Amino acid sequence: MVEKTEAEQIQEIIQHYPGQRRHALAAMQDMQHCFNYLPRAGLVALAEHMHCPLVQLYSMATFYKALSLKPKGRHIIKVCDGTACHIKGSMSMIDGVQRHLKISPGDVSADGQFSVETVNCLGTCALAPVLLVDEKHFGKVTLGQLPQVIDSYKPGGGNDG
Amino acid sequence: MAEVALRQLLVCCGTGCLANDARAVADALETALQDANLDISVERGSVELKRTGCNGFCERGPIVKIHPDDVSYYRVKPEHAESIVASIGAEPYKPLLFRGDDKQPVTRQVDNPFYAHQTKIALRNIGQIDPLNIDDYLQAGGYLALQKALLMPTDEIIAAVVASGLRGRGGAGFPTGIKWRSANSYPSLPRYVVCNGDEGDPGAFMDRSILEGDPHSVIEGLAIAALAVGAEQGFLYIRDEYGLAVKNVAAALQAAADCGYLGDDICGSGRKLSLEIVRGGGAFVCGESTALMSSIEGYVGEPRAKYIRSVERGLWGQPTVLNNVETLANVPYIITFGGAEYAKVGTAGSKGTKVFSLVGKVKRSGLVEVPMGVTLRSLIYDVGGGIAQDRPFKAIQTGGPSGGCLPESLLDLEVDFESLLEHHAMVGSGGMIVMDDRSCMVEVAHYYVDFLCGESCGKCTPCREGLRHMRDILAGICAGHGQPSDIDELEELAFCLQEAALCALGKTAANPVLSTLRYFREEFEAHLNEQRCPAGVCPSLTVMQVDSEACTACGACFKACPVGAVHQLAAVGAAAAVDEHQAGNDKKADKPRYEVDVMACTACGSCREACRFEAVKAVKKEAVCA
Repeated sequence: MVEKTEAEQIQEIIQHYPGQRRHALAAMQDMQHCFNYLPRAGLVALAEHMHCPLVQLYSMATFYKALSLKPKGRHIIKVCDGTACHIKGSMSMIDGVQRHLKISPGDVSADGQFSVETVNCLGTCALAPVLLVDEKHFGKVTLGQLPQVIDSYKPGGGNDG
Repeated sequence: MAEVALRQLLVCCGTGCLANDARAVADALETALQDANLDISVERGSVELKRTGCNGFCERGPIVKIHPDDVSYYRVKPEHAESIVASIGAEPYKPLLFRGDDKQPVTRQVDNPFYAHQTKIALRNIGQIDPLNIDDYLQAGGYLALQKALLMPTDEIIAAVVASGLRGRGGAGFPTGIKWRSANSYPSLPRYVVCNGDEGDPGAFMDRSILEGDPHSVIEGLAIAALAVGAEQGFLYIRDEYGLAVKNVAAALQAAADCGYLGDDICGSGRKLSLEIVRGGGAFVCGESTALMSSIEGYVGEPRAKYIRSVERGLWGQPTVLNNVETLANVPYIITFGGAEYAKVGTAGSKGTKVFSLVGKVKRSGLVEVPMGVTLRSLIYDVGGGIAQDRPFKAIQTGGPSGGCLPESLLDLEVDFESLLEHHAMVGSGGMIVMDDRSCMVEVAHYYVDFLCGESCGKCTPCREGLRHMRDILAGICAGHGQPSDIDELEELAFCLQEAALCALGKTAANPVLSTLRYFREEFEAHLNEQRCPAGVCPSLTVMQVDSEACTACGACFKACPVGAVHQLAAVGAAAAVDEHQAGNDKKADKPRYEVDVMACTACGSCREACRFEAVKAVKKEAVCA
């Protein structure tokens, strides 16, 4: 039942684009937004639609940072490590997140609630150091505030919608 | 009902202000306005609320302005809405006005030192107009340049841009007009125009701000470029992470097409142009033109050798003009007012203005547009207000990962393309990251190399292997086990990258290392020879210590420590550590003391930042642990 829904969603995304190679990245981004990762079935269907070898889509999936082949957590915590954030202590911030959630950047927490990533620059340098949880920016975060921010996204927390 | 609002309440809704809850502020103001407008008085007239793009001073956001009275409020919260509405056409609401070092309230934006030194061309409309409303852009003179260009012969359009001296704002600084002329000289059709909005330099966010706050200026610029080179199709390549920019540009494209500025018959001229957005996949190397084009075509974003330039063979092997967002935003101004007018601003070799993101350890940080030729000192001290907490200046990093770090002795350097290159830095995309004495230059060099190592596409060996090797050497120096030969080896690798890497990412990748070695060699030597990090940053070499003489026992360090490494000791005289509760009782008798547990300290510096009395000092780890 669930699988069928996924297949339908995949078709919906793919059919939105003409079967031309140049739309491959956009379709993969939409899949990533929809499923939080690229399901294999999605890549297979896309390769068929674009008339291109699956391996080429695979190379794109592993090349572009926005795409992932593994499911991500329910909430994605992005710690900005742009230069402005870096000199304002983003390394300690990454340590802090690691200490609090016991997972390293790139990993998903055991309960599937959180993914932690470092990102190059979120373009909100005047608010450094910056944390992005899902779509919400937290600017000028201190190490002291960090646990509170993260906990609000735990099950039952104020931001876990 | 065709009543024009006499006054406008402009609420900044750029990403920076939105992060500070600008949406709630705008909603609260809207409600307050509705309530207040019930008893509209003749003198105050009607008031219209507008959600604008970024005002640049993101650090003090959310920003609300009253137009045309020129009143600016900073750090506005939803609860201020009624006071702000009450101040419209009346006395400004003082608590929200800007206050400089002299603590005097500043009402007008032009009197605010952050804005006073700026000249806005690329950012001319941002913060004034609603990016989602094309009428706002039209009222500000939008699309007049496109209409003018439609009546001009191609040569004339190109001549105007050549005369303006406009050079690419994305990093390389190639003259825009020359690029257009060159693309035009190849007979092959079709031709394409591309806007590079894959802003990847860490520490720079002008492109995001322009795309979000004034998308039509970029679209108009791109349309003029298309006219000049005879292209009928174009792409805007925008980072997917910039969600608001993608949304606003998409809306603007639709509005422009609906009004006939894009499509099959632009303004009845018979000319065609269709533009579409391509969302970037989050790869820094895609800022490189050939990689970006490969990405648009639907492949992995790897660059190719540029034996043949993309103006001759770019997208799908056809002549392609690629311009940066900020470059294109300047184009309508140039066509409207003429190349000569634009060329009046700037220096001999670098005309016009440049948008810089002035960030890091500076008092007032944000996005600023200044004439080319402004000095670094003026940028940091006049616009930026000096170094945060009045600490000593150490370096300014310009040009992102391809740029360099400049020391205090070069603060009077006039910023333009040539002068920065001469001193082994570059304008690049315009990031200006200010560093104080608590920034370790070896660590900064490691940061950039580590960044580029992760972003290297891996196609050519010098970049893939060379960067990895440089990163390992720098990590070793930071960790205190560097070798005396490390500096020579770094220089040798840097030379190899400059000579042999395939694209600009690799060719310039060594710049951050070379410039720090040039200007801050003594810091490398302190790490290498003394296992000491002078800035107190590198965790392997540093621990924090409380100077009991300077300590006022305020407890700020104790509260700030994220790992509980700061201990409260009993009052002077007692040696054993006591728990917090007991210490509270002792306070009356004598002041407690604080001590850092060197084994638990991670040298994150939170205690040092928190201390207002310079009582927390970074010391060499070995000296304490031995």
